[in-house]
Amino acid sequence: MNSAPMKPAAMKPDMNPDAALQHALHEHEADHSDDGIPHVSAREYLNGFVLSVVLTAIPFALVMTGMIPDSTWAAVVILAFAAVQIVVHMVYFLHMNTKSEGGWNLVALVFTAVLVIIVLSGSLWVMHHLNTNMMPGPHEMQDMLRNAP
Amino acid sequence: MSESIAIRLQERSPALPSSVFLDIEGRHHPENGTLLGFWLYLLSDLMIFACLFAVYGVLGRNYAAGPSGADLFDLKLIAVNTAILLVSSITYGFAMIAMQKRNKKGLIGWLVATGILGLGFLAIELYEFQHLIHLGAGPQRSAFLSSFFALVGTHGLHVLFGVVWLAVLCVQVHRHGLTRANVRRVACLSMFWHFLDVVWIGVFSFVYLMGTLP
Repeated sequence: MNSAPMKPAAMKPDMNPDAALQHALHEHEADHSDDGIPHVSAREYLNGFVLSVVLTAIPFALVMTGMIPDSTWAAVVILAFAAVQIVVHMVYFLHMNTKSEGGWNLVALVFTAVLVIIVLSGSLWVMHHLNTNMMPGPHEMQDMLRNAP
Repeated sequence: MSESIAIRLQERSPALPSSVFLDIEGRHHPENGTLLGFWLYLLSDLMIFACLFAVYGVLGRNYAAGPSGADLFDLKLIAVNTAILLVSSITYGFAMIAMQKRNKKGLIGWLVATGILGLGFLAIELYEFQHLIHLGAGPQRSAFLSSFFALVGTHGLHVLFGVVWLAVLCVQVHRHGLTRANVRRVACLSMFWHFLDVVWIGVFSFVYLMGTLP
């Protein structure tokens, strides 16, 4: 354990260890005193706000006036507006981009989005089939009785 | 070891640990990972909401011969609530801008405005719940109403804790000023508050708007 000081491998030849240390510490301090909090602007928030108001008002108006008579299509339109608005909030209010926290924010978000999609679509899919299979119609009931051992 | 250097410093200053590793390449990793860690918390919270949404998606049409969403939901009230939450998002944005300008009074003012809007949201939601229970459409009435109260109630609880957090932060900033820790806390609460608005988008679209479709 009493070996001689380790010779740094990748140090500039004209820089002694002390200077390298001071230099590195100084840069460290200057770079990260903001704790990685994103720089925000009023324009960004106002743009996000206006977009959100529009994206909220349209589906509310569609449903309250009954503009789309077909429920399935209305549901598709509502969900599409919701998806776009969620992206707007992520970008303008939560300041998501590919660079924040070295990309780890986005990686974690994508991972969670995959999990959320699996949980939601998987639950609906499984339970839909369960419901269908647990409530056989009269015709299927007769088939079942005929095929019973 | 190609990009880092290790230096023995013990001879020079005994107070420091025996060897220090420095990243002289300057790869950008934050000094402390509070914001990233808080983001991970929010995403795990999102998983809770995903499960509650899945439950509502499965049970949301099981009325047990009771009232349906089309019978119960008052979309005008929900529109008001949505507007309140959306406005509170932008007042929080102005709080962040005030903080960026090191404007302590402005920051506290906008935080208070956000808190008042949060309380307004909670008041309307509690009125709605009380109204539903008064109609006999409480959480025990049907699977639809159980999952509805679980989902919307969990979101409301989050808003309540957000308001408590806002109040605490106002006191902290008032007493200790814009210290580095307080700035970090305000930034974390900003993420929390906007996250609640994102969840609310899912609630009003999936529960209220789709629930009132014929």
